[in-house]
Amino acid sequence: MNWHTFFFLLFALVACGFAVMVVLSSNIVRMALYLIFSLGATAGLFFLAGADFVGAMQLMIYVGGTLVLLVFGVMLTAQGPFVSMKTRGGDWILAALLSGSLLAFLVPAAFSIKEWTNAPPAAAEEHHAAAGRGRAEAKVRFALTSTPAENADAAADESSTAALPGMAAQPATATRLGMGLLGVRVDKLEGRSPELQRGMSGYLLPFEIVSVHLLVVLVGAAYLARSKRRATR
Amino acid sequence: MEPVGISHFMTVGAIMFVCGVVCMATKRNALGVLMGIELVLNGANVNFVALSSDFLTTNPARGLGLDGQFIALFVIVLAAAEAAVALAITLNFYNNHSTVDVDRADELKG
Repeated sequence: MNWHTFFFLLFALVACGFAVMVVLSSNIVRMALYLIFSLGATAGLFFLAGADFVGAMQLMIYVGGTLVLLVFGVMLTAQGPFVSMKTRGGDWILAALLSGSLLAFLVPAAFSIKEWTNAPPAAAEEHHAAAGRGRAEAKVRFALTSTPAENADAAADESSTAALPGMAAQPATATRLGMGLLGVRVDKLEGRSPELQRGMSGYLLPFEIVSVHLLVVLVGAAYLARSKRRATR
Repeated sequence: MEPVGISHFMTVGAIMFVCGVVCMATKRNALGVLMGIELVLNGANVNFVALSSDFLTTNPARGLGLDGQFIALFVIVLAAAEAAVALAITLNFYNNHSTVDVDRADELKG
């Protein structure tokens, strides 16, 4: 068992275990705490999958923002010290049936595709493909960065990458994501035909839409949650 | 399970998704329903990030590439927006009914 597997098992157990405890607990404050642990472990899973920027955003926006909002909601709607709304017994039986059948459908579906299980025989080709992609990205990077000294550094970096095919130099995903927002996809350089690529502007328009959407939603939420003063009027 | 693959990540995502669905269906506290929604969105995010990863699969060219990480980022932002609005609605409901039991929200029942 290598370290990747060990940390995957650790984070997966924490994420799934606390998710189950969120369901089983009936105290809303404890549910919020378990949810924080579960989502934090999910951020660890994102780091393990190589998505460092998404993992950081998960920690900062989700655990740091959304869950703090939820905890404030719990505090603002508190109804006495130990109020817990129990679920009826029949609901639990129905829920267990539903969750069991959903899991029995989803987990075999996840293991039904052979290349998703990351079986070892094709590992050599995988390393070659990853190294090739790393080299293409390095070329794009020093086409964008200008000075010759950096080019020499990048060339040296590339040769060392070629020496170690398993350790393809993958830059942090923040740069690639930022360039992808602008429409430069360093991960799919030879992917699309030029006719298809002409209308593509990356994810800039969805990014604008989602940011304006977030602004409007927050203004609307502040309007909805304002304290009404009907009595004084 | 020596090399961890997409399947193992998808199993984690499936467990979180199912927990979220059960949480949404069984909790009577409106904030508990909200937490179930967060769990469902995170289960979906785990799947997107796993499919976008290069070294969890034997054929990374058929993965989502960076698109999966973009979708995961958008899901995180939209989940923040959704939590803000749902919390505002819950606070309004609490101000009007002085409870957050979703079974009491039946005035629109036909």
